[in-house]
Amino acid sequence: MRAFALILLCASFWPQSFVIAASDSGEIQTRESITDRSIEIPEWKDWKRVFLLQDYNTRVVILGTTLLGMAAGMIGSFALLRKRALMGDALSHATLPGIAIAFILATSLGLNGKSLPILLTGAAVSGLLGIGAILLIRNLTRLKEDAALGIVLSVFFGAGIALLGIVQQMQTGHAAGLESFIYGKTASMVASDAWLIGSAGLTCVLISILLYKELTLLCFDEGFAISRGFPVVLLDMTLMGLVVVVTIIGLQAVGLILMISLLVIPPAAARFWTEKIVNMTVIAIVLGALSGMIGSAMSAIFPNLPSGAMIVLVATVMFLFSMIFGIPRGILIRKLRRYELNTKVNRQHLLRGIYEYLEARGLLNEKQTSETTLVPLAALHQMRSWSLPALKKIVKRAQQEQLVETIDRDQIRLTSAGLQEAARVVHEHRLWELYLITYADVAASKVDQDADAIEHVLEPEVITELESLLVRQSTEGVLQSPHAIEIQQAETNPHRPDSRRAT
Amino acid sequence: MSGLEQWNWFLDGWIIVAGILCAVSTALLGNFLVLRKMSMLGDAITHAILPGLAAAFMISDSRSSLPMFVGAVIAGILTALFTEWIRGFGKVDEGASMGVVFTSLFALGLVMIVQAADHVDLDPGCVLYGAIELTPLDTILIVGWEIPRVVVVLSVVLLINLLFVVCFIKELKLTSFDPALATTTGFNATVIHYTLMTLVAITAVASFETVGNILVVAMFVVPPAAAYMLTDRLGTMIVLSALLAAIAAVTGHISAITVPHWFGYHSTSTAGMMAVATGLLFVVAALFAPRHGIIVVSVRRQMLSWKILAEDIIALMYRIEERDPHQKPDAAYLREILFSRPIPTLLTLRYLTKQGQVADAGGNYELTETGRDRARQLVRSHRLWEHYLVEHAGMSTETIHKQAEQLEHFTDRRLREKLNEDTLDTDQDPHGRPIPPEDELR
Repeated sequence: MRAFALILLCASFWPQSFVIAASDSGEIQTRESITDRSIEIPEWKDWKRVFLLQDYNTRVVILGTTLLGMAAGMIGSFALLRKRALMGDALSHATLPGIAIAFILATSLGLNGKSLPILLTGAAVSGLLGIGAILLIRNLTRLKEDAALGIVLSVFFGAGIALLGIVQQMQTGHAAGLESFIYGKTASMVASDAWLIGSAGLTCVLISILLYKELTLLCFDEGFAISRGFPVVLLDMTLMGLVVVVTIIGLQAVGLILMISLLVIPPAAARFWTEKIVNMTVIAIVLGALSGMIGSAMSAIFPNLPSGAMIVLVATVMFLFSMIFGIPRGILIRKLRRYELNTKVNRQHLLRGIYEYLEARGLLNEKQTSETTLVPLAALHQMRSWSLPALKKIVKRAQQEQLVETIDRDQIRLTSAGLQEAARVVHEHRLWELYLITYADVAASKVDQDADAIEHVLEPEVITELESLLVRQSTEGVLQSPHAIEIQQAETNPHRPDSRRAT
Repeated sequence: MSGLEQWNWFLDGWIIVAGILCAVSTALLGNFLVLRKMSMLGDAITHAILPGLAAAFMISDSRSSLPMFVGAVIAGILTALFTEWIRGFGKVDEGASMGVVFTSLFALGLVMIVQAADHVDLDPGCVLYGAIELTPLDTILIVGWEIPRVVVVLSVVLLINLLFVVCFIKELKLTSFDPALATTTGFNATVIHYTLMTLVAITAVASFETVGNILVVAMFVVPPAAAYMLTDRLGTMIVLSALLAAIAAVTGHISAITVPHWFGYHSTSTAGMMAVATGLLFVVAALFAPRHGIIVVSVRRQMLSWKILAEDIIALMYRIEERDPHQKPDAAYLREILFSRPIPTLLTLRYLTKQGQVADAGGNYELTETGRDRARQLVRSHRLWEHYLVEHAGMSTETIHKQAEQLEHFTDRRLREKLNEDTLDTDQDPHGRPIPPEDELR
């Protein structure tokens, strides 16, 4: 599956380069290669160079982004389940004023303003302030979380931009490097940065493994966590703190605007593949690592692609693939399951309709001859709110399954297999109706609809249980309907209270 | 000292006009984003227009405004659409689907721009923080007047937004507060939703060139949020948000010129300072708003807790007196029963003494005549409620005390009379203690 994802991933880049090349095709002859916008396909030795990690620089960058992807995937899973996906966005924007202030302070104190630890400390402080502001707005005012995020994001970032405007006028420092925090500059990553990312990321992962149970509880059932005496506020702050750390180490790699994508996209993609949180975190880690690795490798191979953006795009492709093809929760599989259920429901409705029609006319005694009387489609059409074309389609499918036979255009009859299946379906329907009347106090006139909703999904064990509960006598044959069945042209009252069996 | 001596009515005047136009047209729509809990959509759309710009540029191969405008608006609408799809089809949490969509589109836009950047100054930085300072330089001639192009564009956008809000105020209100009701009464909530999204995209695109998308996000969210703190009426909220946005635009530009001078620099980004100005306005509104402000709410809460403590104290003293008329409790004894903290208890007792409800006899306290009246009414409320809860609400005798303890503070004379009518048959509460009369029989 993963290999397929890779192929799909590679394939997805071709159309893009075609589009870009195509948009150029009109003018490509008149232009020199310097202004050529098309992506050149690198030679084999370039591929080899990147994939065998022969360059020191490539090695560092790929290692750094992979580690970052792993840490972000893990922390992001919890943030996503806690419905805090966009918190990372507000947070990463909120780091900008901190970076600018740290630069200004460090420079005026005579330190190297561009040293990474100083800038990241500033980023962490203002990121935490941003979180504090979000929590304050959310808890103390009538505004909701989304407004709190929007306010903090835009005001902090605006302050950051204003401060950067000042930094640019400073005589002492060259502020050129600061803007790389906005878009990220992976290529400038050096070994110490990779180590920083690695160690900080590892710390985050270790903390979240240690607090795995508590964080899981926090994500799924906060109320229960409170009632069991877990320090929920503290845990929440820890989780947010982890998000801050991951965001800050990612600033340099992918930039503050795209950092949120590493926190959101891999976990969201992982969610399509599993229902278990352990699996989800593991898959998110793998997907995060892959997008970091492939993205930065792509950017190393193709000279024109910015690595931060490439990492995000790789993650997006994985997300789209997972959303469509993911096994328990992807779109295709859910559509397929729904389709199967609908088909089954329709088939059972058809069989029950025929059975009840025959039963109302007392025609079921011919059952032993394995062929039952013909049933006109028009009569079936009136029993349910289905359109005639839909009914014909259902009949056709049932015919393929050899449950009914079409005699001429508007007449069908049950085969012996069909009759058996119909008897089973009707029996289950009436069991449930009887249960509703006996134990759930539902009025007899209303049970038909209620039973309709559930009869199709009853498990065999439930049927056995219901039978032993309701049918004291022998369980062979079909139950008598507990209410009058309304069938057009039914002349006699089909309700026969003296016998429990219809046959 | 300040930078205002360089003030130029032509340059700064147009910058402020452009800022106000942008701020007001954005804030108008922002009200509905905030009310629909979609504040972050402004952020998402403004980021995601980047690939639209780049694609339009690549296809038309020019920097002329119209194709880029159209491309960006389409990208903005697609963002809203994709977010909705991923949320609906993929069953992903709305925030996450928004995060996936806009970061992906932004990354795509970055890649496309880098491809195009060899020979064009389509700078992503310009998208982020705009170039409002350059507004007056790009003018067009309208009826003999030289008016900045941006001002013309923004005026049109403001007019459209104003028309939309005025014409569809009823529909917007209904779909924002109760989409289900809107659908049942025959308004199509989806149509209104996507019209709003289209206008949000148009406004964002028209504004981003001048003020950058961060200020657009700020104007979408912060002035409406501040207005939401100040009022409960939609109409007032819309007007207030527009007003606050305009004030923020003016103060933002002025402070962009003046504030850096205090620290010895020239000036800074107007857009950034406008965002900061909205933030300051929001803080003021959130703190000092008359009904929902943080200060008013916390003062109200504190007053209520003191009132309840005072009532608890005199009710307790009434009960003590009832049991043993000669016992005069001291503060420590009261605290022990009420589980209250020392300082509030002492302050409340002092307050009660000053009010003449409690008499201080050298550290021990006893009720005065007025205090006893009030306490009797409280205890009466409490026991009437207990009786009512057992007789009419079918609760068991063990659980009613807590309920009655809460209800007694919010029961006035009329309610007590009603309760009394319902419980005429007895003058004892379920625990067997007498229900005191409303007024003491003299």
